[in-house]
Amino acid sequence: MSERSERGPARPSLVAPVADEGDHVSEPSDGRAGLPGQAAEASAGARGWRGALVARWRGIAVVALLAVAIYAPFELVPFRVFQFTMVLVYAVALIGLNLLVGHAGQISLGHGAFFAVGAYTTAIMFDRWDVPYPLTLPAAAALAFVLGWAFGLPAVRLHGLYLALVTLAIAIFLVPLLKRFESVTGGSMGLTLAKPAPPAWTGLAPDQWLYFLALAVTVVAVLLARNLLRSRVGRAMRAVRDNEAAAEVMGVRLAFYKTLAFAWSAMFAGAAGCVYTWVIGFVSPDSFAVTLSITLLAGLVVGGLGSPAGPLLGGLFVMFVPSLSQDVNEAAPGVVFGLLIIAVMYVAPTGLAGLAGRAARTIGRTLRRE
Amino acid sequence: MAEFLQQVVEGLGAGAIYAGLALALVLIYRFTGVVNFAQGELAMFSTYIAWQFMAGGMAFWLALPLTLAVSFVGGMLIERVIIRPVEGAPELTVVIVTVGLFIFVNAAAGWIWSFLIKDFPSPFPAGSAQAGALTVSYSTLGNLAVVAVVMGALYLLFQHTKIGLGMRGVAADPRSARLVGIRVGWMLALGWGLAALVGAVSGVLVAPLLFLEPNMMGGVLLYAFAAATLGGFDSPVGAVVGGLIVGVAETLAGAYVGFIGSDLKVGVPLAIILAALLLRPQGLFGRAAVRQ
Repeated sequence: MSERSERGPARPSLVAPVADEGDHVSEPSDGRAGLPGQAAEASAGARGWRGALVARWRGIAVVALLAVAIYAPFELVPFRVFQFTMVLVYAVALIGLNLLVGHAGQISLGHGAFFAVGAYTTAIMFDRWDVPYPLTLPAAAALAFVLGWAFGLPAVRLHGLYLALVTLAIAIFLVPLLKRFESVTGGSMGLTLAKPAPPAWTGLAPDQWLYFLALAVTVVAVLLARNLLRSRVGRAMRAVRDNEAAAEVMGVRLAFYKTLAFAWSAMFAGAAGCVYTWVIGFVSPDSFAVTLSITLLAGLVVGGLGSPAGPLLGGLFVMFVPSLSQDVNEAAPGVVFGLLIIAVMYVAPTGLAGLAGRAARTIGRTLRRE
Repeated sequence: MAEFLQQVVEGLGAGAIYAGLALALVLIYRFTGVVNFAQGELAMFSTYIAWQFMAGGMAFWLALPLTLAVSFVGGMLIERVIIRPVEGAPELTVVIVTVGLFIFVNAAAGWIWSFLIKDFPSPFPAGSAQAGALTVSYSTLGNLAVVAVVMGALYLLFQHTKIGLGMRGVAADPRSARLVGIRVGWMLALGWGLAALVGAVSGVLVAPLLFLEPNMMGGVLLYAFAAATLGGFDSPVGAVVGGLIVGVAETLAGAYVGFIGSDLKVGVPLAIILAALLLRPQGLFGRAAVRQ
């Protein structure tokens, strides 16, 4: 025990150096910290100017990305549209996981369970009561939020490791539990459901309609997460992540915010699960085995912990890396995932998003020098 | 009553296996402060190595020491190569790295040996001993004996050898240990090597019961976590006692609680982890951590 106390009570956070959303503007320019007074002032002036530029370019990039995302389904074959729909589904779940792991500094190895809760809530509402599909989204999200809150309560007492243990145990336990309540969940056979059909006025094909539903949910999730992080709650979460003791002294209620982070994060996963059911039209317990939870965490780590682009990159990763590497060998996705996670932790703790940001800054610096 | 005792004995047999893996988890935690999520997968990999030796025509009792030696060296290598760069990093980083290792080792075993299940011979004779109304299979007795031997060997190593003293020194205070001339890095590697070795023993014990396949240890790992949490993550004795309790609790719950049956037994470790953390977070034998 004393060994760990040697490492100090104030544990530096892994994700601390990652600029959080909105912080990019004030990011210190590297290597200039030691400059004498005047030069430092000049650089501070330049930083503001550069910050505005970065913000504008970011805005343009986001709009361009959205335009491409809206145009893409009209150009791609239905199978590709389906794949990108799944990318969005994973991205929504990863936005939630990013809140928890990247911003609140807690770990979950069981987010697949909340994903499953959302998926099954939707499926059962369809199956039992023929609820119109738009209504299943808030229900699934709300139930996941409540369950997240309930399981987040013990999380208050657990940190790091124990939370990982408990969430892992939940993810493992969920599969036999779903199989047991056969009358409701359909047991191992699962439930097959009708997919939401496109309204006639849109003139869209079914796969395109599902894509746009997923895109809409993703956009809402991104905005929600962004606003959440900029709010009092977001600041409190980051304070807890960076230094629990300091946060507590400053009046942040640790227990409350940790639980809240867990609940919010579960809510996003539940919403993603709901869209998953819309898109796939089928749920079965084995789709939500513990592998899903671990894959989600892997995707987020590779995509970029604590960065706004991380979940989307992670979603692409989770969707395409297995399907590409599966051709090599059944086990190849696991090998690639495992090696990448370890490699990312060593060389680029900010993931692909961090690498992209670093590359952009290097290019920008080179351009300015010329 | 005889029926009940019978169940308890079965539970102890299962518990011995959980205790073995929990012991491996605790060893690494004590020396390096890392909870190794890949511990089960490393044990599974070791078991495959043993299987490979035997497939090459080797006798079990020759394959076993070879496997243990390979596991020991492998564990040390993993510490030196994979864990060393993140030592002292935040818990989150370390947990993620061991999860990466988990995924990698699992997939690598599937790549090398395929995901088809394989038979693994039991080192113990098939029959069972009779004690009054009680029937105890030799494999249950064997498992318990092996765990007792491992436990005893570890005790001798830590309490009565110079290396053990060094390792305890490192666990107590790495900085002071370094100042008195203990090579801390090697001691940590040694800890990982020992844990891999102990894990390999538990893998070899599990394989005849569950069949050998890459996902064999997934469930066992959860029980081992429950055992370590219950016993206290820094207490080897706790790990063994915790393992036995978890094994018995699981068997009794499966046999006597109709609702749980055989399929929901995996909820028992979850309940034990939650209960232990809520009622006695440091575990039965663990020391409470003081937070400054």
